[in-house]
Amino acid sequence: MTAVFLGIPTAPRGVGHLRGEESFPDAARGALRNGQLRANLGHATSTIRGKRAHVVGELTDWAQLREAGRAIKAATMARLDEHLIALEEQVTARGGTVHWARDANEANEIVTRLVRATGTTEVVKVKSMATQEIGLNEALEAAGIAAHETDLAELIVQLGDDKPSHILVPAIHKNRAEIREIFLRTMPGVDPGLSDDPRKLAMAARAHLRERFLRARVAISGANFAVAETGTLAVVESEGNGRMCLTLPQTLITVMGIEKVVPTWRDLEVYLQLLPRSSTGERMNPYTSLWAGVTPGDGPQEFHLVLLDNGRTAVLADEVGREALHCIRCSACLNVCPVYERTGGHAYGSVYPGPIGAVLSPQLTGVEDNASLPYASSLCGACYDVCPVAIDIPSILVHLRGEHVEAQTRTTPEAAAFRALSRAMSSPRLWRLAQRAAGLGRFLARGKPTMPNALPFPASTWTRSRDLPTPPAETFTQAWAREHGG
Amino acid sequence: MTAREEVLGRIRRALGEDRAEVPEIARDYRLTDGRDPGDPALLDLLTDRLEDYKATVVRCAPADIGGAVTTALRTALGEHSPGDVVVAPGLPAEWRPDGAAEDDGRPAVALADHAATVTGVSVAVAETGTLILDGSPLCGRRALSLLPDCLVCVVEAAQVVGGVPEGLAKVDAVAPLTLISGPSATSDIELERVEGVHGPRTLIVVLVA
Ligand code: SF4
Repeated sequence: MTAVFLGIPTAPRGVGHLRGEESFPDAARGALRNGQLRANLGHATSTIRGKRAHVVGELTDWAQLREAGRAIKAATMARLDEHLIALEEQVTARGGTVHWARDANEANEIVTRLVRATGTTEVVKVKSMATQEIGLNEALEAAGIAAHETDLAELIVQLGDDKPSHILVPAIHKNRAEIREIFLRTMPGVDPGLSDDPRKLAMAARAHLRERFLRARVAISGANFAVAETGTLAVVESEGNGRMCLTLPQTLITVMGIEKVVPTWRDLEVYLQLLPRSSTGERMNPYTSLWAGVTPGDGPQEFHLVLLDNGRTAVLADEVGREALHCIRCSACLNVCPVYERTGGHAYGSVYPGPIGAVLSPQLTGVEDNASLPYASSLCGACYDVCPVAIDIPSILVHLRGEHVEAQTRTTPEAAAFRALSRAMSSPRLWRLAQRAAGLGRFLARGKPTMPNALPFPASTWTRSRDLPTPPAETFTQAWAREHGG
Repeated sequence: MTAREEVLGRIRRALGEDRAEVPEIARDYRLTDGRDPGDPALLDLLTDRLEDYKATVVRCAPADIGGAVTTALRTALGEHSPGDVVVAPGLPAEWRPDGAAEDDGRPAVALADHAATVTGVSVAVAETGTLILDGSPLCGRRALSLLPDCLVCVVEAAQVVGGVPEGLAKVDAVAPLTLISGPSATSDIELERVEGVHGPRTLIVVLVA
């Protein structure tokens, strides 16, 4: 059963950040030429990989936790309507107000209206994928409301008028010298003698934001989890900017994708073990805030929860693709992905990069709007192995490739090529064979940046209409097998 | 149709008419680590994990809590005036440093004027080095453990449990909870860890046994 058939809309065009301006191969080509980006990414992903492996190895029951994490999400999705209604009931009973948003436009309108009602023209924000997805900052700006990002990396990205490139460390593509330059240029009253020592830079950010936190009247956050049976919301963070936003302002507005609900309080005992170890490679992140509605005398006295669809129900309608909604945004799959490590996050064109982005973005927008993303993978399977909730990303990728081909109504050469590629890519063995064949293409290209039209079928039908980057001497799969013995 | 009805309607269409039974979740991961709260091995583990995350741990006997807190504050702040320290309203009198102010419900931002805070905790999780504060009078409201730059938490041996499931089972799910594992930190610049961004830069745990 498909969403189109059931009349369930995907995320609308013209708002938010789920679609890139270029296709993945075009965007990746630029990124592949950026040596600084590749060096930063390589360092970051390998460091986090190592830390993750160490702390995951400490838990003797990781496999059981992972299976519980998967099962809870599957059970949640199977009764998503019931859990959302329970959540709404609990949040309301504890003094919060729940709003429902069909899509990005509606969520932006709701938040703008709520901020306007307080009479303020500036808000502080905690890093949140959902609000990036819907383009909330732009919507607020259009309404004359300044939204200040407070997570250090988000601040760097915002001040640099840039885009995040990693879920967990969004400014990983910037080095300390570049960050210093951004701070000197954009922070009013910053010490002109500021050095590029990370500690000094972090302290400059602290000073810059402190005043804002203390005067803020409205904060906007996302949520990592929401417990249906108690109405408890959870935000997991490191710096304390989240706590500032969740604690000091009078009004708190939380924007949450509907898939973030979990049925019971006990479910957090699973996710609060899986998430930090998979994400930052810590046994526990420095701060986790949990709150249910409003507590007199402690924290915001007005709480609004915005439940966002924006294509999620369309994903839910696909029995295979649905698993992408289980994602807890740990970013472990990014850090092991050989494609991500070389292209970085920007090439994916969406706020959701890497393997999870390749399966989530095309489903949220409809595969026709992100048609190249399901191909942004070598299907090596490393993402599945590290995923703390065991999302079978390679299978969803293959499934979406098939969907994309189905969606081509006319039988163009492209469709035929995709169909053949999809078949080849759906079998690791055939795919390896095809890649070896492409190695021959490299020889034929003789150092030219793009491939000639001399690839063996089926790839030839594809390269006839566009350039394919010259394959490296070693394919990702081969390099992976060599480096990881997999 | 309201947005609520529409989103719920979409979910029902997506899931279809006859829904399969949802299987029970197998919770065959470790629910306890077999040691009782306050077991000396758990206290050692907690100490190790806290220190790993750059917190300072001071051990003391039940009769010496006040002295240990005072000494810890002097080490962290140097010479200071008693009013630089603010304590949770439910903190036992014997734990309080002389002359410390009590959080009396003043506007939260006023707490930023203090250099240090002393609170108790609701429970501590050894395996992850996590302190859970629950907004009770002993722990104070959330802003209290956030704004002053130095946080001193008194943890009693019986409050120390093994793993995360045990810890979460002991707290009230609808209380305003803060899980604290070390001082605030960032690794956003070239992945270099910097302790102390917006939350307290210094975390001292007084472990009582
Ligand atoms: S798909 Fe899995 S590994 Fe990737 S971010 Fe989501 S939860 Fe983490």
